[in-house]
Amino acid sequence: MTEREQTFLEYVQSGGQVETTDWMPDDYRAKLIKFIEMHGNSELMGVLPEREWILRAPTLQRKLALTAKVQDEVGHSQLIYRVVEDLGKPREQCLDDLISGKAKFHNVFHYPTKTWGDVGVIAWLVDAAAIISQKALLKCSYAPYARIMKKICWEESFHILHGRDVVLTLMNGTDDQRELVQEAVTRWWGPLMQFHGNPISKDEDPMYIWRIKSQGNEEARQQFLDGYVPQIWELGLTVPDPKLRKNDEGVWEYSEPDWDELRSVVTGHGPRSQDRLDLRRRARENSAWVRQVVLAQAA
Amino acid sequence: MIYEVFRQERKGQPFQHAGSLEAANHEFAESYAKEFYGRRGESEALWVVPREAIIEVEDFVDELNRNYHRVDGYSLKGKLKEARERVGRALVARDR
Amino acid sequence: MNESDVRSLLEIADDELILGWRDSEWTGIAPLLEEDVAFSSIAQNEIGHARALYELVARERGTTADELAFDRAPEDYHCSRIVELRLLDWEKTIARHYLYEETDARRLEQLKQSGDAEIAGLAAKIDREETYHRMHAQMWFDRLKDERRFTAALDELRPLLDSGREEHSPELADLWEEMTVVRRSQPAGTKW
Repeated sequence: MTEREQTFLEYVQSGGQVETTDWMPDDYRAKLIKFIEMHGNSELMGVLPEREWILRAPTLQRKLALTAKVQDEVGHSQLIYRVVEDLGKPREQCLDDLISGKAKFHNVFHYPTKTWGDVGVIAWLVDAAAIISQKALLKCSYAPYARIMKKICWEESFHILHGRDVVLTLMNGTDDQRELVQEAVTRWWGPLMQFHGNPISKDEDPMYIWRIKSQGNEEARQQFLDGYVPQIWELGLTVPDPKLRKNDEGVWEYSEPDWDELRSVVTGHGPRSQDRLDLRRRARENSAWVRQVVLAQAA
Repeated sequence: MIYEVFRQERKGQPFQHAGSLEAANHEFAESYAKEFYGRRGESEALWVVPREAIIEVEDFVDELNRNYHRVDGYSLKGKLKEARERVGRALVARDR
Repeated sequence: MNESDVRSLLEIADDELILGWRDSEWTGIAPLLEEDVAFSSIAQNEIGHARALYELVARERGTTADELAFDRAPEDYHCSRIVELRLLDWEKTIARHYLYEETDARRLEQLKQSGDAEIAGLAAKIDREETYHRMHAQMWFDRLKDERRFTAALDELRPLLDSGREEHSPELADLWEEMTVVRRSQPAGTKW
């Protein structure tokens, strides 16, 4: 590391903030782009599993709430891709890399949504897991990203309430409805436990070293378990892990998540990875003429 | 074209930079800004500006520490103490 | 409120519901991210208008907005042919948007003159929101008017405006199936 890079490192590690036009080490810029791009990709791909249920929402209220939630996620992807673009990688290039499989998106968006129970569980638990990471990003050393995280976290607050509302309504409903929730929780538990990534030590995580992330993976997972396992249990729901418990030191113990599954899924081998990327590719191809007409005329 | 959006949260408050968006022209930019920064009624008003219209200023020079027109250029404690003591001695002298 | 009023309200409500449902299909896959967000608000507004209109009728009929929106058979809806079509090409979606807003503006003007104060009041509220929809449609019209595929779409869709309210296309039945699949999985009155 050069002296200038070392000074920069000490600067960010002591809470220093970086703006778009500031000098930054090549490695910092590269890691930043990769991290933020993956977030943008995840918001954009995360839309697809939920979108199917917009058409099947069983009440007008749920229809409106779910459409608004998915709309927010598209909006988030826009905010995030703008940040990446200002760092030097244009949106169209990000979309190229996403569709070709070169760039990744979070594991949870590679799985199917099978029932209305999934709609509730995703908004309640998957979004909760994501928000824990997102709150930690409010302290990101790269200021433009930290600033959009503020808007993102603010908008996500209704998503969690909506999720909880859907789940509570189902749990207070018929036996079939309760079964929808339990079945969804059972199915989503594995991906949820893998979501925050393997428990690499903070000090070995380049994202943490550069203070792009301000929280280690295991810390995030513990926060999730602490906040949400009690909520799950108080509804009479079970989690498919007999080892899950909080020990005397206040640390949650659990069965080792399947890291092979995580690796396989994020490299595009999840149950719905390919057809969702195909959907994106087709939508993009079909509407290429629109972008040409609209943006070309502007030039 | 990239547009920057500034938003005012409530009447009387300053406009603050909120984000940026891509739009073909001013009409689309206005429409999109309203959506992104106002669909929940969260903004009192917005200023939408093409990025190229913004002049960035960052280089401020003050090599000779021009603190004569700043509060930190004035330290009155010593002088005030001296002035109060002088009045104290004068009062004591008068009362004798 | 008389039966003729109820019928008018249901026509608009059904149009807005089905159009809103169709327009919401673009959420997540619209041609531009910024437009995706804008168009989704339009879809939500349409559903919102439908809900407000159903609520007026529901009070008359002693039912609920949700029951009116979901629990009728497809042949009992009063929407027009143009909103039933599943149009996943942007030029057709915008053509429909433009044509529908034009017709809807005239219809709302009439409703604003209604002798029933509640109907007139709601029509005025909806019209104020629709101002934004009309601006949006005009903005896109100005952008696409030189595109052959857009003018062709306008020609193709114009005849379907305000038609086919009594006889529905199979597309409506398909949409209704999907719209109600979750709701029908549990007995009537189940909360979701």
